[in-house]
Amino acid sequence: MTGPGAKGGPLLRASGITKFYGDRVGCRDIGFELWPGEVLAIVGESGSGKTTLLNCLATRVVPTAGVIEYRMRDGRMRDLHALSDAERRLLMRTDWGFVHQNPIDGLRMTVSAGGNVGERLMAVGERHYGHIRETATDWLGRVEIAADRVDDDPRSFSGGMRQRLQIARNLVTGPRLVFMDEPTGGLDVSVQARLLDLLRGLVADLGLSAIVVTHDLAVARLLSHRMLVMKGGEVIEEGLTDQVLDDPQAAYTQLLVSSILQV
Amino acid sequence: MSAGAYNFAYLDEQTKRMIRRAILKAIAIPGYQVPFASREMPMPYGWGTGGVQVTAAIIGPDDVLKVIDQGSDDTTNAVSIRGFFVKTSGVATTTRTDAATVIQTRHRIPETPLAAGQILVYQVPIPEPLRFLEPRETETRTMHALEEYGLMHVKLYEDIARHGHIATTYAYPVKVAGRYVMDPSPTPKFDNPKMHRSPALQLFGAGREKRIYAIPPHTDVVSLDFEDHPFSVQEFDAPCALCGAEGVFLDEVIVDDAGGRMFVCSDSDHCEERRAAGHEGTLAGAPAWSGAAAAAATEDAS
Amino acid sequence: MKLPRLELFDVAKSFTLHLQGGLRLPVIANVSFAAAAGECVVLGGPSGAGKSSILKMVYGNYRCERGEILVHADTGTVDIVTAAPREIIELRRTTLGYVSQFLRVIPRVSTLDLVKEPLIEEGADEAAAEARAGELLAALNVPARLWRLPPATFSGGEQQRVNIARGFAAERPILLLDEPTASLDAANRDAVVRLIDEKKAAGTAIVGIFHDADVRDRVADVVVDVATFAAEMAA
Repeated sequence: MTGPGAKGGPLLRASGITKFYGDRVGCRDIGFELWPGEVLAIVGESGSGKTTLLNCLATRVVPTAGVIEYRMRDGRMRDLHALSDAERRLLMRTDWGFVHQNPIDGLRMTVSAGGNVGERLMAVGERHYGHIRETATDWLGRVEIAADRVDDDPRSFSGGMRQRLQIARNLVTGPRLVFMDEPTGGLDVSVQARLLDLLRGLVADLGLSAIVVTHDLAVARLLSHRMLVMKGGEVIEEGLTDQVLDDPQAAYTQLLVSSILQV
Repeated sequence: MSAGAYNFAYLDEQTKRMIRRAILKAIAIPGYQVPFASREMPMPYGWGTGGVQVTAAIIGPDDVLKVIDQGSDDTTNAVSIRGFFVKTSGVATTTRTDAATVIQTRHRIPETPLAAGQILVYQVPIPEPLRFLEPRETETRTMHALEEYGLMHVKLYEDIARHGHIATTYAYPVKVAGRYVMDPSPTPKFDNPKMHRSPALQLFGAGREKRIYAIPPHTDVVSLDFEDHPFSVQEFDAPCALCGAEGVFLDEVIVDDAGGRMFVCSDSDHCEERRAAGHEGTLAGAPAWSGAAAAAATEDAS
Repeated sequence: MKLPRLELFDVAKSFTLHLQGGLRLPVIANVSFAAAAGECVVLGGPSGAGKSSILKMVYGNYRCERGEILVHADTGTVDIVTAAPREIIELRRTTLGYVSQFLRVIPRVSTLDLVKEPLIEEGADEAAAEARAGELLAALNVPARLWRLPPATFSGGEQQRVNIARGFAAERPILLLDEPTASLDAANRDAVVRLIDEKKAAGTAIVGIFHDADVRDRVADVVVDVATFAAEMAA
């Protein structure tokens, strides 16, 4: 575990998070703490509110009610939705990452792989081309993209490569918290396994905290320490990932776990 | 057409006031793109309607107007805009940079240094420097507001990655007064240093995009670059073939069907003045090419 | 009297099967025992008596319905039953080791790295961790040519021995062993017994399940008969 927050308390604290779309419930009264180095999975079926919750947490959607506090690098807890736009955007491009399910949503498709990874560095003031390129190439290596692809744009990359590029682009500034929305969705299983293994290694090496939305319980088991199970916009069960999966308490969780196909 | 049928300088006074307010705001916030209610002008978008509206809003009966297109006073665009103002305002015109009080330009800054009291009006096709990397106008406005300019360097990074050097040669982005990143209009980057701390007032008008921006006199204008790839201007191998000038921007002119070519001053007035003062280039004895540079105007007009 | 590392008081567990119309299956009740430093407590009793469930509750893998499971860690005493998830994660990182019957294979990670992982987590340096991992794999007769390969394609017995090496690599004060010797040949059973003896000598408190009576007799200091904790079937 890294960072000054490790001993100082949770990195993120959500309480009473509620989001209505008109009369419809997106998510209702959700609260939890995320501590430094922890990976939290949010699982549930389509429409269970897990992506709404993720978007509220990542300040991409304003919740109808509730407070989300985040421990800034100076150690102070701040109400995320009370931050100024400038503070929030700085946080998003330095201290946070957001890995979209579809890499097209998270990459600049007409910009080279090196430029995609280097963008955050340039955004925080790096002005030495050689250093930017060196760092970008190093990160491509860490996500298993060959150095000679650094000048190719992601339109020429496979789905798995695009997703790995998106991860490198997010991690280059050493964020403390990464949000992931179905990071392995849309990839075939062998590509998924490689990506999961890579993510698992990076999260452990960098001491990252992460919030991962997935409907895939195997992904949750491999990546996360803890789990929230959502249904109808509410959290119906939570706990250690292996505990929830091996000894599920709620009827719905038991159904979910028993529905996993065995190979 | 009778000039008497129009208000002085074509636009009505209410419109001029509206544009002047936008100009004042632009001067107060150097490099910031001020929206304005761009009018229909009796010429198509792309022919300099933004610059014409700015000029119409600031010109007075005592002004002396110069209009250039790619540095030349006698290309179609320059001639028709000059004719427009002669007809609608009756102001005096000149081709001499040092005699003009207002200079409307497309794609060049004159070689003769500008002086205090002069106003340079640029015709701008696309005012948003971030446009080609971030198409959402809502997003680029936020980026300007929050001074998030990393993306501009991504563009330069891509240049170096693909070409080994910053290959952007015109519309080269600048930072104005240490705050706003600005597109200097499609002038060659050769002219960027002339904008820096110029004693003249520089106004930019984009008619189609309805934006006005400005660089007040003596304002810092810095071209963006990397520490290890610093900004530099184009260099030319030979001096102007007509007047022998060095350190000026040259146009390539094809002189025959056999691949013959020469490089001459893009700024036709500057070239003529030098020749009048007795300077000679290698081809000075050739037929009078004084207007030849204008023929090189090929880029998309604004 | 040695210091107890682990104490269970009146622990009970049942499963409620919502998919079977809410059927409630009691597993065990009134489980109480303790394990001291350097002591090996063996859980005995017939198959289905709930031995594995007890280990899983101690490890935080199963929820505990009632009672207390006190882990006396260096940093203080934690009741697993009421601990927050992150406290349990921390205990697993520092205090609780667990060797299951099966290796949960992680794709693409080499055997050596798998065995090293708990040592690295504890803060050992790379070289020391690698040396220790090598020792353990050699002691369990895993051929050196396999060390650089991920164990996914190994035989059942090889995978089981990698799993044991991984479990014993960690120097956790409490070690939970869920039938580590099942499916091992005599030579490897002996190797496991030697590793258990080493751990006991180093002061580790061990709670284990061994079907093999010979191994059980050689390592057990205390045998707890889980059959005596059988829960009454609810109405």
